[in-house]
Amino acid sequence: MIRVENLSKQYRIGAKVERARTLSEAVGSFLTSPLRNLRRLQGLTSFREDDEENVLWALKDISFEVNQGEVVGIIGRNGAGKSTLLKVLSRITPPSHGRVSIGGRVSSLLEVGTGFHPELSGRENIYLNGTILGMRKAEVDRKFDEIVDFSGVEKFIDTPVKRYSSGMSVRLAFSVAAHLEPEVLIVDEVLAVGDMAFQKKCLGKMETVAGEGRTVVIVSHQLDMVRNLCKRTILLEDGKKMLDGASADVIDSYLNSAIPEGVKPLFEVEEDSEMDIQIVAGRVLDAEGNLCANFDIYDKITLEIDYHVRSKIIGPTLGFEVYSGGVVLFASFQSDEQSNNSHQYDPGSYRCRMRIPSPLLKPGRYYLVFSIGVPRRMSLQRIEQALIFDVEMITKAGAYLSYSADRPGTIAVPIVWEQWP
Amino acid sequence: MSTQTTVIEAGSKSTSAVMREVWAYRDLFMFLTLRDIKVIYKQTVLGFLWAFIQPFFSVVVFTFVFGHMAKVPSDGQPYAIFSIVAVVPWTFISSSISASGQSLVSNLNMISKVYFPRIIIPFVPVTAKMVDFGISLILIVAGMLYFGINPGWSILYLPIMILLMYLTAAAFGVWITAFAIQYRDVKFIIGFLVHLLMYAAPVVWPASLVKETYPVLWPWYGLYPIAGAIDGIRSVLLGSTINWDLIGLSALSTSLLLTSGIMYFMKRERYFADVA
Repeated sequence: MIRVENLSKQYRIGAKVERARTLSEAVGSFLTSPLRNLRRLQGLTSFREDDEENVLWALKDISFEVNQGEVVGIIGRNGAGKSTLLKVLSRITPPSHGRVSIGGRVSSLLEVGTGFHPELSGRENIYLNGTILGMRKAEVDRKFDEIVDFSGVEKFIDTPVKRYSSGMSVRLAFSVAAHLEPEVLIVDEVLAVGDMAFQKKCLGKMETVAGEGRTVVIVSHQLDMVRNLCKRTILLEDGKKMLDGASADVIDSYLNSAIPEGVKPLFEVEEDSEMDIQIVAGRVLDAEGNLCANFDIYDKITLEIDYHVRSKIIGPTLGFEVYSGGVVLFASFQSDEQSNNSHQYDPGSYRCRMRIPSPLLKPGRYYLVFSIGVPRRMSLQRIEQALIFDVEMITKAGAYLSYSADRPGTIAVPIVWEQWP
Repeated sequence: MSTQTTVIEAGSKSTSAVMREVWAYRDLFMFLTLRDIKVIYKQTVLGFLWAFIQPFFSVVVFTFVFGHMAKVPSDGQPYAIFSIVAVVPWTFISSSISASGQSLVSNLNMISKVYFPRIIIPFVPVTAKMVDFGISLILIVAGMLYFGINPGWSILYLPIMILLMYLTAAAFGVWITAFAIQYRDVKFIIGFLVHLLMYAAPVVWPASLVKETYPVLWPWYGLYPIAGAIDGIRSVLLGSTINWDLIGLSALSTSLLLTSGIMYFMKRERYFADVA
């Protein structure tokens, strides 16, 4: 059981830097910079009453209770406070005010494979990772065979993990995590990275955990996953609890509030010179290459993405997800068809074009999420609701009934029918 | 269903709560230490011989420069053995200090992704270095046999001196780790700090030199924790007079440095994930 009472967390954001206007000012500010730096670094963790403006409340006065055996989802936009709440519940960062009490043995999983060392063997890493997650050695001893079985890497158990394929090390890492036996489990959506088969295994395992009467808190962007797994959902916005109730209701009202009025055929992102690789703009285009946000079901839809590479980077991949009604219809990655993604990108500007086959999307409104990252390692950028467009059935209305919006099915696929007398 | 309850609140935890947690996570401490031991010599040709080579060549250089050229006194012992018995513990202390400075980098990901009592972090590299120290004791034994040194009964004090050496290194390690997480200046400091610390300690010169040159300073010299640890190990191995006053004061200053370090660390540890 989890009880969260008036939980708040504040972070310090960078104070304004005054620029020197003259040489003597510049020299003076250079000489006093160590003092300023010291004050700034100390300021990261100390808060005075008088400078409210430099403080960001990542969580503000949040209270809720989770009963034993309940599975609760926590959703919200980027910056709503989801990750901070997760970190406070996981004891990684302390709250500024308020109190949380958790009854029973807690495990939190913000990522799988924390502490994996590439030079150590699979066996050594199982023990290391298991104890990092809070297991005792005796417990790992007892579950060792099961963990190895589940991971399917028996043959390589004494091989250094650096020789593993990335899939193998993820399987091994997940296998350790899956054998934790907490009474309360706090998980991040990172568990849903990786290939489809792995994701299914994740979800399956989470369902078993929930089914065994354990208390689970899932923090996620993936509304369809939350809808499937959780009966109850809490919506966070600007660090505050906005809604708390049945998942279907909360998710629906989140989507309605989140849906901007119109369509959005292009987007631009402010350039951030700190990022090694960054998506800066994107468009939806029709067959002639013009911006378009309203397509017929037979029209060719082209997506276009501009991105900048600012310093050499190996193996990044672009991806997009197509959402419809809060559910991911499908996702695609640039590296989908490549077995080995170690291509090096030199600094420069790049443009990608992706063609969506037609007919495929049924009439309705579609939201695109773009992301850039290194597969299975890190997500570097994610743009929610980057592009929004509508698909309608104009040219052949009524003729092909299965493609219409009110027919069962989520996609429109031409099927070849052959018939013999 | 267990009755265990976790409470998360602002402010620091009580010492007894931390002690209980450290005990609960003792297996993690063991595996982290094993990791550090196993990983350090991976993909090297000479492997554990490195634990041997580093102090050996320091001794060769010191013997030549300080023993033969500068004619630094060595309490009547051949300079080589005089230097071996101090360089070996010094190598342990200095490599522990360097490793503590880096323990932030190697554990950053863990700190930001999972909870465990952070106080175990600085003790991991220091404990792992004890293996190297154990191996390099062979150098000491070889040197003592070669120069025909008989330490006599005073060798029975060796374990106490080694404990003092371990605690001294841990005390520096705790302070350095706590600073390194918030202030990245530490990585610049460590390089020359280690040099300063060495020349301030009786490594290349005998502690008796302080007594002769600065008799006023002598009663206070033990306030420098490393002085007692190095001089203690040297005197019990060479069977020379044990400066109990120096060692006693060092033991006191070491425990003060360690306790204050742990207190400072525990005050800061909750914010490591925020500032790292």
